[in-house]
Amino acid sequence: MSNVWRGVVVPWIPRAILLGLFAFAIFGPLANLLLWSVAEVWYFPHKLPLEWGFDFWRQVFKPRGNAMLSLNNSIIIAIFTVIVSLAIAIPAGYALARRNLPWRSLILIAFLLPQAFPSVAVYINVARIFYGFGLAGTYVGVVLVHTVQGLVFAVWIATAAFSAVDRELEEAARNLGASGLRTFMTITLPLALPGIMASAIFVFLISLDEFTGTFFVGVPDVVTMPLLLFNASMEGNYQIASITSLLLLVPSVGFMLFIERFLKADVLAKVGN
Amino acid sequence: MTMTSHAASVRFENVTKAYGAVVAVDRVSFTIEPGQLVTLLGPSGCGKTTTLRLIAGLEMATDGKIYIGENDVTKLPVTDRDVSMVFQSYALFPHMSVNENVGYGLKVSGVKKREAQERSQEALRLVGLSDLGERMPAALSGGQQQRVAVARALVLEPQVLLFDEPLSNLDAKLRRRVREEVREIQQNLGLTTVYVTHDQEEALAVSDRIVVMKNAAIAQEGTPRELYDNPADSFVADFIGDANIVEGTVLGSGGETANVRIGSLELELPCRSAAAGPAKIAIRPEAIRLSAGDHGAGMRGTVRKATYLGNHLEYTIETEIGQLFVSDPHVESPAAPGDAVAVQFERRGVTLISDQTGDTNGAPEPSAR
Ligand SMILES: Nc1ncnc2c1ncn2[C@@H]1O[C@H](COP(=O)(O)OP(=O)(O)O)[C@@H](O)[C@H]1O
Ligand SMILES: [Mg+2]
Repeated sequence: MSNVWRGVVVPWIPRAILLGLFAFAIFGPLANLLLWSVAEVWYFPHKLPLEWGFDFWRQVFKPRGNAMLSLNNSIIIAIFTVIVSLAIAIPAGYALARRNLPWRSLILIAFLLPQAFPSVAVYINVARIFYGFGLAGTYVGVVLVHTVQGLVFAVWIATAAFSAVDRELEEAARNLGASGLRTFMTITLPLALPGIMASAIFVFLISLDEFTGTFFVGVPDVVTMPLLLFNASMEGNYQIASITSLLLLVPSVGFMLFIERFLKADVLAKVGN
Repeated sequence: MTMTSHAASVRFENVTKAYGAVVAVDRVSFTIEPGQLVTLLGPSGCGKTTTLRLIAGLEMATDGKIYIGENDVTKLPVTDRDVSMVFQSYALFPHMSVNENVGYGLKVSGVKKREAQERSQEALRLVGLSDLGERMPAALSGGQQQRVAVARALVLEPQVLLFDEPLSNLDAKLRRRVREEVREIQQNLGLTTVYVTHDQEEALAVSDRIVVMKNAAIAQEGTPRELYDNPADSFVADFIGDANIVEGTVLGSGGETANVRIGSLELELPCRSAAAGPAKIAIRPEAIRLSAGDHGAGMRGTVRKATYLGNHLEYTIETEIGQLFVSDPHVESPAAPGDAVAVQFERRGVTLISDQTGDTNGAPEPSAR
């Protein structure tokens, strides 16, 4: 009996502790968010909210409220960021994957460059320049800032997706009489689509979560979800902040599920090449 | 509705294809008559696929001229050539059904939907896949995928049909059947076909003519029979069938034959021109006759190895001209290692070959023609 105890149970103890810690690290903050989102009155030193209710949810989803407005802003900006990013990433990714461009690695790294500098410093200057062009505080300005950030991933993933398409399939289409454009539209693009979709979703999420650039370029006229979240927590309104965080979490989880379900491993494997 | 043939000839005139410093095809010239199946045969890397891609227009020649029928197509882009290729990987479009794959070429060339459907059906029927039109390629076996690739190429009724190692992805059992089917369709439709393989048995089985390639150039060209009976050099002799390459001496030649001494034996071999002096001779394993004991006529030999293979025996015989590899159909009276035997040669299967060195890695040999 004690042998079984020692042989089976004891080795599991460190694992159980580790798993518990992991679960706490992931679900602890989540539980906290959930609690805050339904807490109407809650102050120290009480362990649980004193009054429960959905008042703040109602407040957030009020048709003309700040929260709905910023959610709207966030989604519109994210959609346009995706469109602009893909419009650049699809041709760029195709060219990088198919043409033997002499500066291939350099070009790929160039897209990474904006990420390499301290973002606050960069965006203060970008905001200044945009102000000169009348882009400060406009949707266009914010979309541009988001696009620059999303483009790295969009181009890299699109390049990987196009590289994963077997060149011989394109040659077979050409051999059967299809023009270059037709080959691209009927063979290359459909086969690269899962990767392109992944990059679209990725860019969407980046745009949704973007804070620094929006803060400097968009304020005061363009308020997105992360800005609302920031303002709410600055004002000590943890309920609104929690609900906003939960809303921002939804697309991320959806993306993980998509990746898990649809993205082929060979596309991901080629991201590194 | 039946398939009609637009078979055209293919002609290469001194065609060269270089990738930077690598010369993949080096001043190659040949003519393929309409309706013939010609095999490009050679070891891996000798330029077979590149030659095929030059015909299709997937590669452009660095130098020389390519004709299909009467037309100079050297500069014609791939989409404008009436040539269909069956890729080694089949290259089926994985996101399209069998029907869509086969109909793709018709669709892009603007054939009406109705007619395209009928012609696709006909092509699928020809390769025996009438019932599988709705399947996706991934749901087919390797052999079925290959047939779809053939149907997709046939349906356009091309002037020239190209096959790149069509059997290489099939298991051994299927190969013989598929190659017979390919040959049958080709002959029934009278298609001009260029067929690439590195397998000499396959080449002998399907071809009207064989072009043997070596180091980006043509080593020899001819009918299967001509290549087997009269290999031009030791490379061809060894590549098509097995051959013992031995040293001999040309004693003198007159007209169509030459007197040749091989070790202690003297033979009269067919030959067009041979200077007196040392020479190389290719001897087929089945052209060597063994008789038991050391008192018979012929060269003395000792059995080193004997292998029983059911319908024939294989021997390694030690002789004065070196070790000989022998294939002997007389399985009822096998010789054992150590036995003394007398060795004789049959005339058919013994060939005077042209190269002096017998070195298969040397400079490209001149074309045999
Ligand atoms: N796109 C290419 N770039 C550079 N070298 C190539 C290319 N295609 C083929 N080669 C070279 O040309 C030679 C012939 O290749 P290939 O025609 O594929 O031979 P085979 O089909 O007989 O095996 C090889 O040495 C190969 O490395
Ligand atoms: Mg090849």
